[in-house]
Amino acid sequence: MGLKIIVLAKQVPDTRNVGQDAMKSDGTVNRAALPAIFNPEDLHALEQALVIKDAHPGTTVEIVTMGPPRAAEIIREAMYRGADGGYLLTDRAFAGSDTLATSYTISLAIKKLMPFDLLLSGRQAIDGDTAQVGPQVADKVGIPQITYAEEIVSVTPKDITVKRRLERGYEVVKATLPTLVTVHSSAVECRSRNSKLTMKYKHAKTVSELQEAAMDYEGMMKTRPYLQITEWTADDLNPDSQSLGLLGSPTKVKNIENVVFKAKETVDLDTSEKDIDFLMRELIANHIIG
Amino acid sequence: MNNVFVYIELEGTEIADVSLELLTKGKKLATQLNKKLEAICLGSKLDGIEKELYPYGVDVVHIADDSRLTPYTTLPHNRIVCDLFEKEKPEIALFGATSLGRDLAPRVCSTTGSGLTADCTSLEIGDHTDPKTKKEYKDLLYQIRPAFGGNIIATIINPDTRPQIATVREGVMKKEIADATYSGKVKKIDAKSILKEEDFVIQVIERQIEKSKVNLKGAPIVVAGGYGVGSKDNFKLLYELAHVLGGEVAGSRAAVDAGYVEHERQVGQTGVTVRPKLYIACGISGAVQHTAGMAESAMVIAINNDQDAPINAIADYTITGDLNDIIPKMIKYYKLNTK
Repeated sequence: MGLKIIVLAKQVPDTRNVGQDAMKSDGTVNRAALPAIFNPEDLHALEQALVIKDAHPGTTVEIVTMGPPRAAEIIREAMYRGADGGYLLTDRAFAGSDTLATSYTISLAIKKLMPFDLLLSGRQAIDGDTAQVGPQVADKVGIPQITYAEEIVSVTPKDITVKRRLERGYEVVKATLPTLVTVHSSAVECRSRNSKLTMKYKHAKTVSELQEAAMDYEGMMKTRPYLQITEWTADDLNPDSQSLGLLGSPTKVKNIENVVFKAKETVDLDTSEKDIDFLMRELIANHIIG
Repeated sequence: MNNVFVYIELEGTEIADVSLELLTKGKKLATQLNKKLEAICLGSKLDGIEKELYPYGVDVVHIADDSRLTPYTTLPHNRIVCDLFEKEKPEIALFGATSLGRDLAPRVCSTTGSGLTADCTSLEIGDHTDPKTKKEYKDLLYQIRPAFGGNIIATIINPDTRPQIATVREGVMKKEIADATYSGKVKKIDAKSILKEEDFVIQVIERQIEKSKVNLKGAPIVVAGGYGVGSKDNFKLLYELAHVLGGEVAGSRAAVDAGYVEHERQVGQTGVTVRPKLYIACGISGAVQHTAGMAESAMVIAINNDQDAPINAIADYTITGDLNDIIPKMIKYYKLNTK
């Protein structure tokens, strides 16, 4: 039995590596100024999809991502690891979306791809850490959700059994398909690139990328249609324009403050025995320790 | 109408600390807005639970008692909360930023079309003028959180949608009884008439919840390590210091991500918030995401190779050097000079 699996993924700025020009004056992220990576927990989700594909021949795994044109990079990256293809949702009308507007846009794409069996995504993305888009997409598509998944225990054409990682333990739940499962970082790591697949999909491109490419891909795309990454703009999704982007976002950024620590009177010490002994003597004398 | 609501998280019939912390904050917000504080309890065998909530200044406790509501699953809880919000039109609704709250709140916000801010570190009431339309808004909820790797602090508002919804991590707000004799009233929710068959497509087939082994919140001394500790092996030194001083070991997110220390020991915006009398930060640079979880420590010692590490700005003592050199000296002095 083959399943149709969709993996929601996001290309994120590497927040561990942030420079001065990372934020725009309107309080949104200046993505152009940052190194972009495959959101780590979305890779964990991709692995869960690929494990199912390995066990159930005929299963297809496709990526859906929303972002600027260069976000096609993560679709290719997923294909190098075993995904079959993907959909890039890109349009200026999507800019400034909060999680609700993002989930609205993604849900329109998911509805176009119905019927499917399983929707997978990372629990949260490292640029916002909100964990909101997954459940909100599930709500808008009208399917149940299982968040914080550590392991997909079993899957049949009808249902799925999932172990969830909770703060102080775990639980195992069973749901009928289709459902959304969001995957926690405690799940197994994603496999690395497969060299054959990397060769096969090296030239996979979106329409926009083909237009900008230096070489002519027309012949190649005809003979190898699997290299075409689908690109959908707002028009392809037939949206209510009031629900997109900044306009469709109920949360607004009122202001942004750069972080400035209040100066405190600090005693600076070195590693000498004299300094350390002084510190410990003070701590004991002030009943902080001892 | 237009009151402040707190979703009460239950493990069986036991109320989670984070919910009591949110009631404490919710009471302050409600008082400032001249509104009432209301609590939502969904579960089974909840007789008398309101008595545990009234002392936090709760005016109304909404109770849905149905065996199908425990253990928690998303859809039935979402259905009842959304139905209640539709009828009661809350001004503000607060959820714990736990695996439960972060499962439920987004779904509620999607169903009700409300804005949601996750993992707030501060909540305040304030006014707002829209920079484009010049429209003025009174008494909005300022939802304040570090963002973007902790490089900035953002104030988020929901000018036009209600309720204004936020999640807050356990330990971020303080839990305080407002008035031990305070008394409110119970409003029963008829769960049977609200819930639908299709809300029960997810079954919990096994559940293992343990009491937490680590008590970071209650530890008087916290010895925390960051990525700069360098390895899981080097963390042993931190455990030794914590053991000698009678404290607990914690880690920054970077240290947890690197596998040096378990997730339940993570301090910071996406971990636990601590207020010990002594916080010893070893090899921690001090991104806001981390300091959000320890800035209220009574005393901070920063041990770092880098003299310009941001954490040094909030430290009472800084020691510049190798922790493998420093910590043994601290242990040695302590053992020699105390009983």
